[in-house]
Amino acid sequence: MSSIANITRTTLKNGLTVIIKELHTAPVATFWIWYRVGSRNEPTGRTGISHWVEHMQFKGTETFPGDEVDKEVSRNGGQWNAMTSLDWTTYYQTLPADKIDLALRLEADRMVNSLYKPDEVESERTVIVSERQGAENDPFFLLSQEVEATAFRIHPYHHQVLGDPIDIETISRADLYQHYRTYYCPNNAIAVLVGAVDTQQALARIEALFGNIPAGNLPTPFVRTEPPQRGEKRVEIVGDGETQYLIVAYHGPSANDPDFFPMIVLESALSGPGSLNQFGGESSNRTSRLYKALVSSGLAATVGGGLYATVDPYLYSLYAIPVSEVNVEKLVSVIDQEIERISTELISPAELAKLHKQAKAAFAFSAESVSNLGYWYGFSEILADYSWFTQFLTRLEAVTAEDVLRVAKQYLRRENRVVGTYLAQGANSSEEID
Amino acid sequence: MSSPIFEKSLPSSANIHQHRLSNGLTVLIRENFANPSVVFDASFRAGGIFNQRKQAGLANFVSRSLMRGTQHYSFEQINEKIETIGASLGTSSGLHFAGFSGKCLAEDLEGLLALSAEVIRRPTFPDEQVELLRREALTGLARRAHNTQAIAALNADELLFGQEHPYGFSGSGYPETISAMTRQDLQNFHARHYAPQGCVLVIVGAIAHQQAVAWAEQFFGDWENPSAPEIVLPADVAPPAQVVRKFYPIPGKTQSDIIINFLGPRRSAPDFQAARLANSVLGQFGMMGRVGDIIRIKQGLAYYVYSSLTARFGQGDWSIGAGVNPKNVEKAIESALHEVRRMTTELITEQELADNKSYFMGSLPLQLETNEGVCGSISNLFVYQLGFDYLLNLPNLLNQITREEVLSAAQKYLTPEHCVITIAGSE
Repeated sequence: MSSIANITRTTLKNGLTVIIKELHTAPVATFWIWYRVGSRNEPTGRTGISHWVEHMQFKGTETFPGDEVDKEVSRNGGQWNAMTSLDWTTYYQTLPADKIDLALRLEADRMVNSLYKPDEVESERTVIVSERQGAENDPFFLLSQEVEATAFRIHPYHHQVLGDPIDIETISRADLYQHYRTYYCPNNAIAVLVGAVDTQQALARIEALFGNIPAGNLPTPFVRTEPPQRGEKRVEIVGDGETQYLIVAYHGPSANDPDFFPMIVLESALSGPGSLNQFGGESSNRTSRLYKALVSSGLAATVGGGLYATVDPYLYSLYAIPVSEVNVEKLVSVIDQEIERISTELISPAELAKLHKQAKAAFAFSAESVSNLGYWYGFSEILADYSWFTQFLTRLEAVTAEDVLRVAKQYLRRENRVVGTYLAQGANSSEEID
Repeated sequence: MSSPIFEKSLPSSANIHQHRLSNGLTVLIRENFANPSVVFDASFRAGGIFNQRKQAGLANFVSRSLMRGTQHYSFEQINEKIETIGASLGTSSGLHFAGFSGKCLAEDLEGLLALSAEVIRRPTFPDEQVELLRREALTGLARRAHNTQAIAALNADELLFGQEHPYGFSGSGYPETISAMTRQDLQNFHARHYAPQGCVLVIVGAIAHQQAVAWAEQFFGDWENPSAPEIVLPADVAPPAQVVRKFYPIPGKTQSDIIINFLGPRRSAPDFQAARLANSVLGQFGMMGRVGDIIRIKQGLAYYVYSSLTARFGQGDWSIGAGVNPKNVEKAIESALHEVRRMTTELITEQELADNKSYFMGSLPLQLETNEGVCGSISNLFVYQLGFDYLLNLPNLLNQITREEVLSAAQKYLTPEHCVITIAGSE
């Protein structure tokens, strides 16, 4: 058992990693359970299965029938939900602290006892079709989907977490149940408890509820590494509407790569402190270089960036929406000028100092919400260990302007990117606007 | 809620420091030294209710312009001041109120409050920034025109309240109104409506109340605008004579959005809590209430389906929304209306009554976990004149609600033969 920043971390005999952090500032607690399974674990033909399994996990067990479980959480004043991503699937409940035992019992139970009734598999199939069709209504989703598929020809990051429609049509109850039984086991999971609890009592309770669940036989990870890209790739979507969209996505480092922290600084200077905002901050990006170059100049209505912390190398994506009379290619050329500048000149001490202060504030804000901390401890364990989060500020402060210049040159190369454009058929034809 | 420690921590007259500036601005402070941050939120009587339809979007445009340049600072300087301290500061406007809200480390509060006063009191509406905002707004409206959810909701309000009613037209405006707005319009609206009297600044976090009051005096104390008008609520409208149903085609969409819209209670209505409870049963509790149970869980028609009650100063609205495949639109509407009829003809069960009361009370600790949650809650207590001990009295208020009252509230507002139904999506 280890303890840093009053966080207790231990591993049960069956392999379940347990993290407990006492926080007594409000009478609430949150319990998260993380599984190391996501869209990266899905073979062709079964894309979207991790997300669908997540849905099925709300359909109940013998002890907690599906229609009762939602009500039980609600009547205790709780919130609960789940998320599926590239590398992970997670479930959480946040409750008044004296009710948190309900969350522990629910999660221990559905780690092994979910029913996957055939009629519920079928009714959930159409719910997921609806979820995907809702996403497809958004041109930005359609474009992201093509950009990611183009960036990853080999690696399973190429498909959407929601899965491809053909697989949603054909995945069977047996496929789902097998995926569940394969990946939902204590040695593939991380349990995180944060809030107004007593660490020793909570640990004993987690051991009592989870300790007897047998470890599973996890398959050998099958990861097809994406080979280096050998030239800029372009992808275009043509669709309805009046608005064009742009995504410029660069292959980036994984969260464990020493280059990842310099990339966070780079992101902050170029497109705003996106990664930091995920810690609970709300900083705007109006002093970022691309906001000034694209939005303050009147070319774009919005610009932003996203650097995602992932197990395998993923993307640093820039996105922008041009104002109605501006062509999307004009934005690409302005972005190129800014990339050229950040790849040849050191960023200023003021930009570095700003980022450090933003990070300090974002971290202080993150500690106000138990749910937020539960998310970050678990997420960090998926990537490395929870010190990825607790040491975040220290590692960020160690980044120099030279580091930023080096990663800018290394990653923000034209041949290392995918440029995606959504061309609206009605663009520039709006009489109302002119 | 049963815990006495939690009751002690609820915002109440015992722990909300109240101070009224001589210009009529009320300052409310709740100290919390558990974390080093502070949040604040201010509301002024400068919302869209003061606009007519031909100026739809004006209050919103003014609010968005406030941070675009002031007597002492340019847009760039304002942003530098905020972002170099890792803080946030934003302005917003709604139907009745407009205001600002911010968050920062306690060490930076003085500077951020000073900046807030500058943007709210001394904006200059630079021409160039107004034009930038106009283009951004028009791009936003062009996107909205292709958003099924936004178009269904926008038109549902218009059909329910009427085109000229301030609850019936869009607070963000329309391409023609945004295109026609002048800098002078913005200046005039600001000069007329932004004023301290009767308004509120709430500050929550790691700050001594004496210090917070001193800063409020310093930055807002000499602000006067005594001729600003008070809010005059629009007259209530009657429900439609029959079902009004309209389809809005948006090409290229895989999913259609449906809104079924009813008139709802005012926030001050005696049956507000009973209606809120009925709304929870219908489309919130558990997995999206009864409509979630039938339309999502049993029929598998929709990823999202909900019932939502918007209570405000004036007449509210109560709507059911869902996103479904175009071929399932009829079935989803039929199922939703079936559940509405059930709400208006049958008592909810004793279990449902108990569950939902327990949900309302039990979720308070989560709502009040963060400084933002506490700040928003105190602001509501003031704005809706609920009294600072409202949360302490809430258990009593809820306990008194009977199944008959829930039925009666549902019958009063949920009128399936007199509602608006909008559908937006591909033909």
